[in-house]
Amino acid sequence: MALEPAITDIETLKEHPALATLLGWRAESVQGVKWDRNELAIFVQRESFREACALLRDNAKFNFLADITCVDWYPSEPRFEVVYNLLSISNKERVRLKVKLDGSDPNIESLVSLWPGANYFEREVFDLFGIRFNGHPNLRRILMPDDWEGHPLRKDYPVEGYR
Amino acid sequence: MSSNMMQHVATLEAGEDRTMVLNMGPQHPSTHGVLRLLLEIDGETIVKIVPDIGFLHTGIEKTYEAKFYQQCVPLADRMDYLAPFSNELGFCLAVEKLLGLDIPKRATWMRVLLTELTRINSHLVWLGTHAMDIGAMTVFLYCFREREELLKIFEAIGGQRMFTSYFRVGGLAMEAPLDWFSRTKKFIDTFPEKIDEYEGLLTGNPIWQQRTKGVAQISAEDVIKLGGSGPILRASGVDFDLRRDMPYCGYENFQFNVPTHKDGDVWARYVVRVAELRESQKICKQALEGMPEGTIRADAPKIVLPDREKMKTQMEALIYHFKIVTEGFTVPPGDVYQAIESPRGEIGFYIVSNGTANPYRVHVRAPSFANLALLPAMCEGKLIADVVAAIGSIDIVLGDVDR
Repeated sequence: MALEPAITDIETLKEHPALATLLGWRAESVQGVKWDRNELAIFVQRESFREACALLRDNAKFNFLADITCVDWYPSEPRFEVVYNLLSISNKERVRLKVKLDGSDPNIESLVSLWPGANYFEREVFDLFGIRFNGHPNLRRILMPDDWEGHPLRKDYPVEGYR
Repeated sequence: MSSNMMQHVATLEAGEDRTMVLNMGPQHPSTHGVLRLLLEIDGETIVKIVPDIGFLHTGIEKTYEAKFYQQCVPLADRMDYLAPFSNELGFCLAVEKLLGLDIPKRATWMRVLLTELTRINSHLVWLGTHAMDIGAMTVFLYCFREREELLKIFEAIGGQRMFTSYFRVGGLAMEAPLDWFSRTKKFIDTFPEKIDEYEGLLTGNPIWQQRTKGVAQISAEDVIKLGGSGPILRASGVDFDLRRDMPYCGYENFQFNVPTHKDGDVWARYVVRVAELRESQKICKQALEGMPEGTIRADAPKIVLPDREKMKTQMEALIYHFKIVTEGFTVPPGDVYQAIESPRGEIGFYIVSNGTANPYRVHVRAPSFANLALLPAMCEGKLIADVVAAIGSIDIVLGDVDR
């Protein structure tokens, strides 16, 4: 299979259930889309993110939060891209939500109230990237020791660590 | 113990006068590695359970960013060390998706065969250790008898017993040795009788039933909310298996059932996993019988290492070999999330490429990490003796949890 160029036009993709749900709810919540290698990624506005997730869970059957992670695009701004992978168990479909965050004070609404399983994933992202999840019940480090300094997966953190 | 954790224990202790805090692990044999649990108990009843993880954190995701794509495969082995082929498969499929690379049919079928053998391997270790935790010693010896043969099969094909690193981006490392197929066939053909033996030791055993039935129950709704996947999800009655429902690596060519159970307790998870052993055996059999002829490497000279013979006779092959080994291969920019059904559940590789020879970011959605979040929901309000049964039934690998 040769690679096809990615589609980033909202009009072409609006049939997809996840995108249709979000557009029908609040069109400005969708900041961009990308259909690449048979996977759909939606850039969601930070302010309406939690509500968008609740909507996708309840109305579009994306009932399983498979994964939360983050990408650091240092030194460009907005620096962080928090990535959520949702799965619809009944429709056998995936969608990826992305939220862009500034490097100065990266924080975003927590999803623990929607999916309790977000707890560990958000703690991991907090631990390794230093992104705060507002409303998280227990935002502590999870993999690194509690007294560790810095966030190892940031791009300005050296691979061999500080010596 | 760090200061924050001390505070945490202190808040646990300050709760009620009736309760006490018990530390379990990290060197407790039944925690399957280095899992530490803080249990707040009221007599024999668990009030609260707080897993403390990270003892095996080796920063694999950070290390990936400094490696070439092919160098990442051996690291993938070292996460879930009981199911190395599943990790390799997930990683290779993700990179191949990024590259848009087609894999020859024979390589695909070999991958399915090996991934199913690794599922059998992993479930055997689970069954043996889980039964031993609960008190049935003998099963462990039976399971490890078959596992030993499997490890020899892995060693014959990949050169190592556990960290095989046999899958390559674009195919497989090399052809299987001469008697490998007959040896594997012999194992697969005799394996159903062995499963009968395990079941003979456990299924009808009243002690086993009492220790597992109704223990650590969890509903399908809770498993989905908490992000549980794999056998745990199916043991709670959700009929979902990535191999059948979102096929990858040619699984659509194989006939197999997806076992489910409605009870959602330790017993249900035992029944589902043992049934999965039988299904995996069937898939292995189909893969062996229908093994296609042909090459095991994709036709992509800039990505896949050339044959040694060609290197000795063709200038281009030698150049490609030198380039791939010293500079790696570049991958077109983009990001993919490739999930596969590992023995423990959904293992997902999220890889971001920026067009260079090193991955910009690799994230592993580790099934054990997500499934561990189910433990408090399973155990709180239940008896302390059942914690061990619950941990065993989740089937965590701490290398996978901590990465």
